[in-house]
Amino acid sequence: MSRFTKEMESRAHQILALYPERRSATIPLCHLAQEQNGYLTEESMIQIAELVGTTPAEVLGAASFYDMLHTEPVGKYVVGVCTNIACLLQGGEELLSHAEEKLGIPTGATTDDGMFTLEDMECIAHCDHAPALQVNYRFFGPLTNDSFDTLVDDLSAGKLESEVPPHGTLSRVQRKHPIAVPLEEIVRHRRDSDAKEGERLAAKAAAESKEGSN
Amino acid sequence: MTDSEKTLKLTVNGKEVESAPGEMLIAAAEKAGVLIPRFCYHPRLEPVGVCRMCLVEVKGPRGFTLQPACYISVADGMEVLTDSDKAKKAQDGVLEFLLANHPLDCPVCDKGGECPLQDQTLTFGPGESRFIEEKRHFEKPIAISKLVYLDRERCIQCDRCTRFAADIAGEALIDFEGRGGSLHITTFPDKPFASYFSGNTAQICPVGALTTTPYRFKARPWDLEQVESTCVSCAVGCQMVVQSSENEIVRYLGIDSEAVNQSWLCDKGRFGFESVSSAERIASPYLNGASGVVETGWSQALDAIAKTLKSAEADSVAVIGGSHMANEDVYTWVKFAKGIIGTDSVDAQLDDGLDPKVVALSDRATIQEATQAKLLILLTGDLREELPILFLRIRSAAKKMGLKILEISQSESSLTGDAAVSLRYFPGHAEDLVDGVLGAEIDPGLYSGDLQAARALVSSVDPGSVVVVGGRENLAGSSLDPERAIAKLLDTLAGAKFLSGLRRGNVNGAIDLGMVPGFVPGRVRLESASDSLKARWKSLPSKAGRNSKEILEAALRGEIKVLFLLGADLVSDFGDSALAERALSKIPMVVGIDTLTNRTTQYCSVVLPATAFAERHGSTTNIEGRVSILGKKLVGFALSRPEWMIAVELAAYMGEDLGFEHLQDIWEEIQEVSPLHRGLSISVLGAPSAKEGIVVPLSASKVQITSRRVLDPIATPGITSVGVSGPPSSSAALPGEADMVFTGEAYSPARSKLLDLLADKDGANPGPEADNFALVVSKRLYDHGVEVLSAKHLSELVSPSKGRVSPRSWEQIGLNGSGLTRLQGNGASIELELIQDPSLLDGVVKVEFDGALGEVSKLFGVESSTNRVKMEKV
Repeated sequence: MSRFTKEMESRAHQILALYPERRSATIPLCHLAQEQNGYLTEESMIQIAELVGTTPAEVLGAASFYDMLHTEPVGKYVVGVCTNIACLLQGGEELLSHAEEKLGIPTGATTDDGMFTLEDMECIAHCDHAPALQVNYRFFGPLTNDSFDTLVDDLSAGKLESEVPPHGTLSRVQRKHPIAVPLEEIVRHRRDSDAKEGERLAAKAAAESKEGSN
Repeated sequence: MTDSEKTLKLTVNGKEVESAPGEMLIAAAEKAGVLIPRFCYHPRLEPVGVCRMCLVEVKGPRGFTLQPACYISVADGMEVLTDSDKAKKAQDGVLEFLLANHPLDCPVCDKGGECPLQDQTLTFGPGESRFIEEKRHFEKPIAISKLVYLDRERCIQCDRCTRFAADIAGEALIDFEGRGGSLHITTFPDKPFASYFSGNTAQICPVGALTTTPYRFKARPWDLEQVESTCVSCAVGCQMVVQSSENEIVRYLGIDSEAVNQSWLCDKGRFGFESVSSAERIASPYLNGASGVVETGWSQALDAIAKTLKSAEADSVAVIGGSHMANEDVYTWVKFAKGIIGTDSVDAQLDDGLDPKVVALSDRATIQEATQAKLLILLTGDLREELPILFLRIRSAAKKMGLKILEISQSESSLTGDAAVSLRYFPGHAEDLVDGVLGAEIDPGLYSGDLQAARALVSSVDPGSVVVVGGRENLAGSSLDPERAIAKLLDTLAGAKFLSGLRRGNVNGAIDLGMVPGFVPGRVRLESASDSLKARWKSLPSKAGRNSKEILEAALRGEIKVLFLLGADLVSDFGDSALAERALSKIPMVVGIDTLTNRTTQYCSVVLPATAFAERHGSTTNIEGRVSILGKKLVGFALSRPEWMIAVELAAYMGEDLGFEHLQDIWEEIQEVSPLHRGLSISVLGAPSAKEGIVVPLSASKVQITSRRVLDPIATPGITSVGVSGPPSSSAALPGEADMVFTGEAYSPARSKLLDLLADKDGANPGPEADNFALVVSKRLYDHGVEVLSAKHLSELVSPSKGRVSPRSWEQIGLNGSGLTRLQGNGASIELELIQDPSLLDGVVKVEFDGALGEVSKLFGVESSTNRVKMEKV
């Protein structure tokens, strides 16, 4: 099933209702589709385009910009090894080569059993635990070759299911969406704050010109 | 003084420059003669500032800093340096980066020789690149549609094509994929760039990343010859250049004409040139008799026609077609038919238009007026299918300038999403719905939509600032209903103006010049023909003639002896093709004057070859009444002749003299006898400053015509200095490129109420019926008409006709899954794939006209005002 299931579709409509412009829901809906399918299928991009009132090409264009959105199938676990400066100094590159060896795939590829996709990453802000990595955006580190092997084995054995959900699920806790703010209210608020800013600037200018004339 | 009229002063390279608020620095500098290099900037697109080529130094609080000139608007007192060392170094650096991945395959690139990247590298760039790294590689080229190829290696990511597709055409079928070094243009898998406007992206591409299939490897730019002309594929009248190589047209490019097409062309217009060199061109006159096809010379053919004509009663001679001809041809044929033969049965429309009285006698609007109206009422077919560039203009006015649109139609159109209010009516009840909009009661079963909102919208604006676009949405229904609806709007909303929605090439010019029954040249009714006309014409028809449908019906009764078909392919193009075929076989002499062999040619006893577009000089008239020139670039094909010349010769064979030797003679006479064209002398028309064409009638006060904006080789690569070629060869006496002022004569069509001129409303016109569906047949851009089929690449774009019904009707027919349905009506039965269309009223079936295939046309009934069909699931 590549298009949204009934339940996912109702969540999609909740998300859409949050935005004054439907197009703004593109990225959240892409995440929703990934939660269902693990990656963005063509059908789901077509459906997102229908939902937000744009074309599939624009959804693909937006999605392909972001590293967290995958337009090709990925494994259940996407392992991202950081190779940025702090991790690099602590052996990030070596960890990545070890990962390639352990998983038997080059960086960017997915294991045949569909369990793991290996990526290299820029700084994931886990420098105090360098060398660090992410599995489906959950942090692990500092890691040695041995602790990496244990991690992979645990993931394969399903021991970490409670900690690391399958790729695509950003959070298992569903956030309660706040009440949508009507567009008119946003516009009114903007206008009010613009007016205040205008007054402030006018007052400042008046003060300055007074100063100047003195 | 409003904001936009204020002038600002800024300094560019030490020179003082005047500009208006909101103007971009790059445009202001250009006006002052300072060309800042650019790639992504295009005057017709929103700025994005992505290519960084236009970096210049602008003085700010911290001294001079580099800023993109296309992305900052001018400010009073701004100081700008475009040629300082710092600016030059920045531009040079940007070029080096742009070239880092550019393959430099110029020798095999279609853009080589007219390429903004080549030109600007030469002017602003480095001699050598310091990059030694491997350039990025992509499969090249890939076909992103049947008309456009994409070479991602050459792309410099300027965003022009994607901005055009998303903002101008409104179909973002192409977009950037990826990021940084892997950024490239893409279509969605299995969703090709199938836009009616795709060719424009190749035209504005500043490198050879997008190229068009028909032009691919056809010529090198420096070998091209070019001439300026007007597109006649529909009636918008887009300004373009025709470019040829070795007496063959290789491409058309759109010219930036502010008043009309603003540099865009639709793909049908752009790629229709292939029909000029089609293998179906008629090479020489031939007779088609009992002994089969016999090629003959002009003299035998004309002699045979003249003999038959002389013995025929005026009433038994008729002329159908001519809507593709130049104004000069039209006038000559009208004079020949009405002034010499004496028949008024002359009709340029094929029962697919409107009563000429509505078109000719209403106050006409220009496209500019329509886009600036307080309210635009659409009562016409889907403009994207019929008049594509008018659709672009209206769409962009709705999106950018908040143009309010009221749509009154039988089904959803491409502009429905942009309409403030959109109403649907049941076929045959346009007039009732217009009555409803104007305040009367209306049966709620005959329409859908927010009638209250429509009433409020109409009453909220000054009627004088309303423009009505009127055309023919349904080819199957009677034309009287939309005609009366349009007339009622124009009569009731005092001062409202009319913009013609008639789509055939020069059909509006044909109406202006009397190529319709009941009219003489100048939008003048037959009975009020002027003395100047009578002085020039030998005679006038004694009574009003028949329109195309009436001519064919008369032919069935044996009343037509000679029928001239001027580029009219009745079998393919006339809605009721069965009637056309039966009628044609009953006429003793059918003379076909055409460029291409088509399905009607077999019914012609004499066939005469006409010269095609770009093979002749002349002028044409668009939906606004704008007269613009047709350029000649090619030598006429084989023995073909321009239509006006054929009429003159034919008259000579009858012993008559039309009095024309040159095109100039014709234009001079038009000016003399047609009050509409008075003041529009040949030299005015051909003046360099009248390149955008001139709208008739000229106003009695002084008319100022401003020159077109200077051609921008970076906005539209490929168009260099364009020579004018057309009827006016005596333009020497006119002022040069400067603005021109001239005076016309007072002209206003004398009429009271339009509605009084039309027939009374049809009595019996039922609403929805349980098992009788009302048929709506609509036009689409790529049909099986001979012009599309004879252009190789366009012919591949024709798809089978589809039918549409509302979801409730879908259920009623019992369809689920497959939509294959049998439609029965008018004694015929066809099978068609149906899809659901929630915008349709229940009990309506909408079908796309399929031209030469003729399947749909079998359903046309001529008698009933609303054609009804029965439908059953197959």
